[in-house]
Formats: sequence, structure tokens, C-alpha cells
Amino acid sequence: MQGYIHSTDSFGTVDGPGVRFVIFFAGCQMRCLYCHNPDTWESGTGTLMTADELIQAYEHNKAFYRNGGITATGGEPMMQLDFLTELFTLAKQKKIHTCLDTSGICFNPVCPEKYDKFLSVTDLVMLDIKHINDEKHQELTGQSNKNILAFAEHLSRKNIPVWIRHVIVPDWTDSPEEQNQLGYFIGGLKTLKALDVLPYHDMGKTKYHELGISYPLEDVKPVDKETAVQAREQIIKGIKKRLREEHKK
Amino acid sequence: MFKNFAPEWEGFEPGRWSNTSVNVRDFIHKNYTPYDGDESFLEGPTEATTKLWEQVMDLSRQEREAGGVLDMDTKIISTITSHGPGYLNKDLEKIVGFQTDKPFKRSLQPFGGIRMAQQACKEYGYEVDPEVVEIFTKYRKTHNQGVFDAYTPEMKLARHAAILTGLPDAYGRGRIIGDYRRVALYGIDMLIEDKEHQKATHFVRMTSKNIRLREELSEQINALKDLKKLGEIYGFDISRPAKNAKEAVQWLYFGYLAAVKEQNGAAMSIGRTSTFLDIYIQRDLEKGLITESEAQELIDHFIMKLRLVKFARTPEYNSLFSGDPTWVTESIGGVSVDGQHMVTKNSFRYLNTLNNLGTAPEPNMTILWSTRLPINFKRFCAKMSIKSSSIQYENDDMMRVTHGDDYAIACCVSSMRVGKEMQFFGARANLAKCLLYAINGGVDERLGVQVGPKYRPVEGDVLDFDDVMQKYDDMMEWLAGLYVNTLNVIHFMHDKYSYERVQMALHDRDVKRYFATGIAGLSVVADSLSAIKYAKVKPIRKDIEVKDKAGNVISVTKNVVVDYEIEGDFPKYGNDDDRVDQLAVNIVRTFMDKIRKHHTYRDGVPTMSILTITSNVVYGKKTGNTPDGRKQGIPLAPGANPMHGRDTHGAVASLSSVAKLPFRHAQDGISNTFSIIPDALGKNTRIFAGDLDIDRLAQEAINEESEENN
Repeated sequence: MQGYIHSTDSFGTVDGPGVRFVIFFAGCQMRCLYCHNPDTWESGTGTLMTADELIQAYEHNKAFYRNGGITATGGEPMMQLDFLTELFTLAKQKKIHTCLDTSGICFNPVCPEKYDKFLSVTDLVMLDIKHINDEKHQELTGQSNKNILAFAEHLSRKNIPVWIRHVIVPDWTDSPEEQNQLGYFIGGLKTLKALDVLPYHDMGKTKYHELGISYPLEDVKPVDKETAVQAREQIIKGIKKRLREEHKK
Repeated sequence: MFKNFAPEWEGFEPGRWSNTSVNVRDFIHKNYTPYDGDESFLEGPTEATTKLWEQVMDLSRQEREAGGVLDMDTKIISTITSHGPGYLNKDLEKIVGFQTDKPFKRSLQPFGGIRMAQQACKEYGYEVDPEVVEIFTKYRKTHNQGVFDAYTPEMKLARHAAILTGLPDAYGRGRIIGDYRRVALYGIDMLIEDKEHQKATHFVRMTSKNIRLREELSEQINALKDLKKLGEIYGFDISRPAKNAKEAVQWLYFGYLAAVKEQNGAAMSIGRTSTFLDIYIQRDLEKGLITESEAQELIDHFIMKLRLVKFARTPEYNSLFSGDPTWVTESIGGVSVDGQHMVTKNSFRYLNTLNNLGTAPEPNMTILWSTRLPINFKRFCAKMSIKSSSIQYENDDMMRVTHGDDYAIACCVSSMRVGKEMQFFGARANLAKCLLYAINGGVDERLGVQVGPKYRPVEGDVLDFDDVMQKYDDMMEWLAGLYVNTLNVIHFMHDKYSYERVQMALHDRDVKRYFATGIAGLSVVADSLSAIKYAKVKPIRKDIEVKDKAGNVISVTKNVVVDYEIEGDFPKYGNDDDRVDQLAVNIVRTFMDKIRKHHTYRDGVPTMSILTITSNVVYGKKTGNTPDGRKQGIPLAPGANPMHGRDTHGAVASLSSVAKLPFRHAQDGISNTFSIIPDALGKNTRIFAGDLDIDRLAQEAINEESEENN
């Protein structure tokens, strides 16, 4: 089987633990306003590659990845679930740490068993929750967050370690109440291992201009680190609230 | 040979170093204290350090404002003993000594070439004393004069066209590291005794080779006598060994100072001194003679002096090297041949100078990196790299195999065992230009003149890989021969007219000499060959007007390939793609093998570097359009780097391509300049990649609630 691959990066240091071989899948059904990889939106583009080719590229430099592994990102890797499953299965045969960086949008809670095979070969999921409020989520990404939240809970049930990522965008995700709500939700995930709160940056802007797409957040200023630190504290408050309640139960 | 255990050595473990022969390595291994801890013991700058450094900063500002040079000596020819003492502030300086009688005053060193010295002065508004000029034109020949007396027309032309570039024929070749530690460990008298013994026991049959060495040994002894006088000028008796840490640093520095007073070399590296000096500091610390703060102060002041080494150089020289570099390289760390790492507290102190004195390119702190260095030291290196961008890393695991555990780096990448091996620096041949010569049958693509042999140029509308490769092989054959012979002339004359007597006095008698060569433009060549092989490259021919010095057209050369049209894509070096990476590997091996065929001066062992860290900019200007699509004037990539922007698969893939180059065929070093924004190296502040401990959070949540309830 072959998958549509946008590109690979041999030196990923912020896409999971350690130094990682990062595979960018082509195609995504979300249209997040601040997406910094609009060049990966289109499905059926990029280079057709086999799982074997990708694993070979990894193995070639595996000395560099001793504490790392492979991260599938994109785009949305789960749009090519069968190929992704084949890739991670092969990786696990070679004892390579596997990490999925996803929006969770492809998850279908009606038939969760469809994902069992894939999750059995996945060591870590980095789940990006764009917004906790469904209406705002739709405005921000063009999609509902229902399946995404359901995916998070499914991962928790299936005992898959989860890192939650959340981007702080001015006027979109900077309200403390909503940050609290987000925290309250993820506080219910038993397998939560890390929380990355990322300040919005506009480094994707040039890509939009190159692709001839208008940049929706043209006037939004990048966020400083301090704001992200405060947001993280708000989210943690929410987590603690949930944990207290769980404790009482 | 030493009569007794010197009183200054009290407390040191004796060994071959004290009983048998000059052997600094043995001393280090018997006496050093490996350090596995972290940087928490380090001290900040003392008041004296801060005050002195402010003075230096002020002088630097004045120097900048004065156009790059604050003061120059135009009359006194610099020798080891030519000047009286110079100070920043005698009361505050723990380590003393400048090249002239005051800081920031550049010395006059005409032995390499009087014209270079004159030019350097003239450019900054000074004039060399006419009497000095007369002496060095009428009565005393210089290295530069000697070289040009012997050069063939072909050599001069190759130099002019810049297929051979940066040759040390008008300036000091440098790259020789004296074992300055010997001055501290043995004192001058013992070293003279040793040299006298070497002379007395050398061949007595007077062949030209033996005569030369006898003369050199005498020169070395004279240099050592002068070095002793240099100590006296500053009020020290360095005839005996150093008895404490302060003296050890000072003695060692005097050795180095003598070298930079007499040699304006392209790279004047200091060696591998940190662990050696740690032994003295450790002894004083244990005896309670100094505090950690005082130890750091000694190192800070020493490093400050190394930062203030200055030479009178021409603007052309500075543009070739992108600045005014001295390459005072200090090699730190590494692992011994028996597997013990050689990191000491002093390795940390050296790096700590980047905190105490701020960031600086000199001295060129070079970590001899091994996977087996202690983790705390690795962490500190990473931290200081992020903070200062001033640290160079070299692969100790690879070099130790050839050089053992007491080698050091000269310049950027040239490795040699300290005091036992030296090198003849050979600049480099421009292999990118050589490829253009292959295509044009030896005609220079910029000048339009026949520089290389008149071989048949490529014909037809599309470049054929096999055809170009064959022609390239022939052209490299020619270039290698010309190159080695040119260097033979240079080194013969340098030994004759500008012998590095004090550096060689701090070597063994029978040294191993590396005959260093170098190449520039490797990635351009690899990509060009890849383009020819995997895409379609059409040559564009034009007539070139040949001009004389005045700019008048004297002839027209027909049909020179001056540009290329590329159809289709091709694999590019720097992406871990063997199709092109193996082309680069082959070029390195092929050219080195061609170098090896030739006779080298003084039986030098030929080596090759892939190094142009800064001069790649100038080489780019002098190399026409290339078949990879690079335009004339665009810099060649530095060293073994992929061409800028062509490595599109991330750092590991880029590094992997470079790592394929065979060290065996590029033993003088392979350099790769690597830039990365700190954030891309990982989440250094750990603010955002916060790991969450759910159990701990839950516990906190419960505790907070009970506090609120109370």
C-alpha cells in the first residue's frame, strides 16, 4: 500500500519525545484559521510512498533517534488510516516508538472498534483541541469538535497516553473561562501525560501568500510566551477542579 | 634525563615525564582529576576582571572608531624580545604580556613578506619605516620573495585565476601548535638542556637534510633563550618550572606570546591546555592556596589575553577570512585511550569565560566531543552553545583513533598530536572551478585565458555525465600535481625565511609533518554532477574578451561555456540521498588519491581538509556559473556544507550526507557550519512541553481544597 506524503523532516525535536523522524501526511479536512501548514490541506497530493520506504529512511539514521521515534503529522494522518496502521505496525515490529499528531477529526464514535488495530500499534497521541466550545470550534476550524472530544475519551478508555495541545489565539481562545472548561474536560482523561500550550504565531503567513490564499488572521498579533504560561495555569485550574470532583466520587 | 625531581613538582605523581623525557601527556594522565559534576561550582567575574574587561571594551570601541586599527608599530621589527612590557592595568592583571609594549598596538612582522606588511600599514594610514623597508628589500629576503623567485608561470597563473586560493605565500602559514605547556611543566632551562641533547645526538653526516635540522635546532635553542628573556622583561624567572597555578598559566602564556610575537600565522592555535592547567589549580585548591574565584580569575585573565592577540593584516586578507581572525583554538575535553574522559573543572572554567567576559569568537573553544563525555559536561556545553553560539564541536571518537589522546586542533579542524606532529598549511584548491576547466578545456570561465592544460572541451548541446567525468578526472590530475608542487615551493621558502623557531622548540626533534591540502566547492561539484547525471544540462557558450591589467581588450576567446540551462530536477547533496552523496564521496577520494601521487616537501604526509569556513564567500565571487544552477558571485557553501537552502529534509538528513565523507581521505578535517534557532533544538525552557503528573495534580487539588476549607 502507498500513502500520500507531503514531506518528511529528519530532525523533529518538538513533535514528541526525543529527536524524531517526522512524516507529514497530505490532506486535512479541517480548515483552521491559523493553520501553519496550508500546503498540506489537499488530499491526494504529495509523493506516493510505501511504509517500507519511510521506515527505511528512518532506519538509515536511527542512531540519531535513540530516544525518539516516528511522528505522523500533517495534514491529518488519520485520513489515511489504513496506510497509517500499516506504517505503525511495521514501526512496532522494528521496536520504533510511534506517535500520532492529530486533530482527532476523523474519529467516528459510532464504530470505535475500527480504530482498535491502529491504536494497538500507537505509543502516544498528541491531540490538538482547537476549542472546547463546539460553536466556536466550528467557526475556527469549519468542523464540530464532538468527534474530537469523543476521540480523547476513547484514547483514555483504551489506555493510550495522550498529550493535549492547545493554541492560544487572541480573541479566539484567550478567555479564562473557556480555558477552565477545556481543563475540566481533559482532567477527565486518565491517560493525560502532558499539556502543551502554544502561543499563536504568524509564521504560516508567507505560505498563504505563496499559495495565493488569503490569510484569515491577517490582523491578529502573535502571542507572547507569558500569555501562554498564564493560559496554561488556567487550564490546569480546570484540570484540578475535575480531579477534585473525581476524587469525591 | 632530568637529574632530580624539581621542587616545583612537589605533590605531583612522578613518571616518565619526570624521570625520562619531555612527556606532557604522561604528566597529565598521572595527575589529572576527572570531573563528573555540574557547573554549580563556577564563579562569576571578580571586580578586577570586570574592570579590565570594561577597559578592553573601551579600547575595542576606540579601535572600531579608528577604522579597525588603533595603533601600529612601523619601526620595531617584532621578535620575542623586541618590546618592553605592556599592560592594561598592571595592578589588576593576574596574567600579563602583550605582543608589543601596549595593548591594541599591532606589531610589525615583515619576515613573511615586506609588501604585505607595508600594505597593511598603508591601508590604515601608517607607513613602515623606510629603513626597515630597505633592509627587507635590499639585505634580507622574505618568504614572499623566495616563493615568487621559484614559482613557475603556471603557478602564478593558477594563483591569479584563483583555482588555487588563499595560499600562504605572502603571509605566515601558521597552523603549528607549540606545546606551550612544556614551558610551565619544565621551565626553559630543562627544555634547553633537552634540545642540546637532541642536537648532540643527531646524525653527524652532513647531508643537506641533516645540516638543515642542526641549524634549526640551534635556532630553537636561541628562541628558548629569548623566551627566558621575555619572562625577565615582565619580571619573571621562567628558567625553572612553574610552582603554582598562577605561574603555570603565566609560563604557558609566555610560550604562546613568544610565538605570536614572531609569527603572523593564518591560525595561531593554543593547543589543549585546560586539563593540563587544572592539575596546577587543583593542587593549589587542595593546599588552600587559592579559592575557586581566584582560579576562575586566572583563567578569565588568560582568556582575555588570548582574545587580544592582534595582527597587522590587509583588508584583502580580512575579506578572505571575513574579519580579523587569529584562530586561537583551544581543544577541550575528549576521552583518553584507556576510556577515561578528560573533562576537568577547568574545562568548565574555560567555557565559563563566555559568561564572565561575554561571547567572543576567540579563542575558538573547541569541544573534543565523545559519546562518553560526562552528561553534566554535555549539558553545560549545550547550554553554553545556546547562550553564546561560540562553541565548536569535533568528533573525538573519530580523531582519537589516529591521534591518541593528546592531540589538539589547529585553526578549525586540523588535528595533530601536540609537540609531536605539525602541519604545513596548504590552503585549498577550488574543485568547482576545476570542473568548469574540465568543461572548457582549461580555459578560465571569467578571464577567458588558458590556465589549465589545453584539453579538448566538452562538445554538443547537452552535457554527458560520463564525458564530463572523464574530463574532470583529467583536470583534477593536473590540478593535484600543480597544487602539491606549488605548496612544496611555499613550505621550502617558509622554512628558509620565516622559520617558526619558538613553536618548533616546543616540539620533539623528530616530528611528523602533515602536508595539508584542502578543497573548496565540494557541494557545488556534487550537485553539478548530479544535475548532469539526473537532469538535462545544456551549456551556454559565449565569446569572452581577454583584458590586460589596464583593462584593455587584447584578444577574444571563442565559445567558452559561461552558463547552463537545467531542465528537470536532480538529487541534491544534503538530503541523505546516496545518488548524489556518493558523487561527493567519490570526488573526495579521487582528488586525495591524486594528491598522494606526488612528492611532498620534507616527506610530509599528505592530508586534505574540506574546510572553507569563511573564504567560501570570496571563492564564490571568483567562480563562474556552475552546472548546478548556482550563479557567479553566489558564495560556495562553507566547508562540506550542502548548498544553502538545498537540504530540504531537516538537519539529520543534512548531517548524514556530510557524515558519509570519508575521514580517511580528508584527515585534515571536514567542517560543517550548522545554524539552528534554539527553540528548534527542543523546548529548552520546558514552559510549554510541560509534562503533567496527574497523581501529583490530583493530590495538589485535594490539598488546595482542604486549605480553602480551613
